Amino acid sequence: MNSNDSVFIYSDAFLNYSFHEDHPFNQNRLVLTKDLLIKHNALTSKQIIEPKMISEDILSTIHETNYIQAVKKASSNEAVDVVKYGIGTNDTPKFSNMFQASLQTVSGSIEACKQVLEGKATHAMNLAGGLHHGFPNRASGFCIFNDIALSIQYIRDHYNLRVLYIDTDAHHGDGVQHCFYDDPNVCTISFHETGRYLYPGTGKTNERGIKEGFGYAFNFPLDAFTEDESFMEVFQNAIEKVTDYFQPDIIVSQHGVDAHFLDPLTHLHSTTYIFEEIPSIIHRLAHQYCNGKWVALGGGGYDIWRVVPRAWSQLWQVMNGNKPFTGDLSQAWLQKWQPLAPVQLPHSWQDQKTDYKEIPRRGEITETNQRMYKQVLRFIEIN
Amino acid sequence: MLVKDIMKKDVHTLMSNHTILDAIQLLELHHIRHIPIVNEQQHVIGIISDRDVRDARPSIFDENNNEILATPIHKIMSTPVITAHPNDFFEEVASIFYKKSFACVPVIKNNQLVGIVTEKDMLHTFIQLTGTDSPSTQIEIKVPDQIGVLSEVCHYFTKRNIKIVSVYNYPDPKDSSYNILVFRIQTMNPMPVIEDFKDSEYQILYPYWED
Repeated sequence: MNSNDSVFIYSDAFLNYSFHEDHPFNQNRLVLTKDLLIKHNALTSKQIIEPKMISEDILSTIHETNYIQAVKKASSNEAVDVVKYGIGTNDTPKFSNMFQASLQTVSGSIEACKQVLEGKATHAMNLAGGLHHGFPNRASGFCIFNDIALSIQYIRDHYNLRVLYIDTDAHHGDGVQHCFYDDPNVCTISFHETGRYLYPGTGKTNERGIKEGFGYAFNFPLDAFTEDESFMEVFQNAIEKVTDYFQPDIIVSQHGVDAHFLDPLTHLHSTTYIFEEIPSIIHRLAHQYCNGKWVALGGGGYDIWRVVPRAWSQLWQVMNGNKPFTGDLSQAWLQKWQPLAPVQLPHSWQDQKTDYKEIPRRGEITETNQRMYKQVLRFIEIN
Repeated sequence: MLVKDIMKKDVHTLMSNHTILDAIQLLELHHIRHIPIVNEQQHVIGIISDRDVRDARPSIFDENNNEILATPIHKIMSTPVITAHPNDFFEEVASIFYKKSFACVPVIKNNQLVGIVTEKDMLHTFIQLTGTDSPSTQIEIKVPDQIGVLSEVCHYFTKRNIKIVSVYNYPDPKDSSYNILVFRIQTMNPMPVIEDFKDSEYQILYPYWED
């Protein structure tokens, strides 16, 4: 096995996770990403693994029975308690067969874990997964079942490995943090836009875990309009220290790509640069600490045309031990998708920054972020 | 919200003939900063704070301090004591804290001690009021200070099937004929409702302060 053997988990059934046409969470981004990789000869059919559908029994390792039942009911269009279960809201409306579609997404993430744990691959990626807001008893923020928590629990139950969870979605990884808040064998670390305004509002620096899990949750809330340089300064410094402190056996990472300046829901104001750097650093750490064991999942990303396909393709490229793509995007890809896109597609892998507005408060924001991450890391220095 | 909803009912007390040493031990044991002093009928006759005790206790460098530590606490307690009733509004207690510059009031009903409210309880209440303990997005809206504005603004959320987690209101510091309404709403995608507001007279302030 090559030390960079990677698998790409994919099934057309992933596209069934679809609330409605106008909903910002749109899995057509998977098709756009996969096609972009194929057009660049960076993804072969041998690397694509169709996940086995898992038994629904696994859901109860994280989720409560009455909630699982509620999702089933909503799935066949029966009424459920909106406030109690969070289904039927503006964020997570009902859709038919939502139970099967959600289980399919979970199957993809569990398959990714199995590929790595059974030694079939060093790294595995399931871009359909990464639904970090799901709670044991309710849906939240576009997420129904929490495939990440289920995957981590699967690793804990079957292999007893120490899991480092890295979340770089612009929203706080609240559901995953919640599930392992008292567990010292799962270290959760989330980089996100401050919850002062942005959903879900949690992820403050003082959230550090409870009981035996105290000291195994880390939160780095970044100021709105943080931009690339300060984001990477915080990420690089924090992730090196936390990984060294925790000494993980495997890394599970969530790759929401909604920190980009074109994303309609958030305000971190990054460019594609951070989506090249983040996977490169995680890749190196996986080899340094975990014999390469790394499971990468998707997440947020609501500019599905201009941002997500490029950002996630770079993740795959880096995962395979390659340098990030540079230069122009495949003409064939542009010709195929531009007619269907409501916006002008970018022509190059790196942002040309034509629509990018520099932030006048940059100095102040950088300083705030520096103070923030140093304060969070002080815990490691004194322990 | 009433004082009885936020007060602590489990109160640590001493009697006036207890000593300064007793007070030191009680403060340290329970990590508290105030001790109401009661008589046999549970009437509050005084109160001492950790600062009163610190002023009275001998220097840690002074080894012959037994006499001071044995002093009865009625010599150092503050009296009379400002108290609250369980049915007082919590904001009345907040106003006592602010005006009198102290940080604790015993709660009295029928002359008997029934609870205690500290600055920390008060802050916790204010944190709860701002609603950050459940997943939500915050938006701030500038509205004219007029009748019916709040209900009209709320209707925008109802139309989009979005639950309001919390709401509070403060006067616009720049223009007294306007208020700022601060909502926490249960949605990750506030864009549609923000779009709705664009056609209204209400101005969304959040969080377009990039410059």
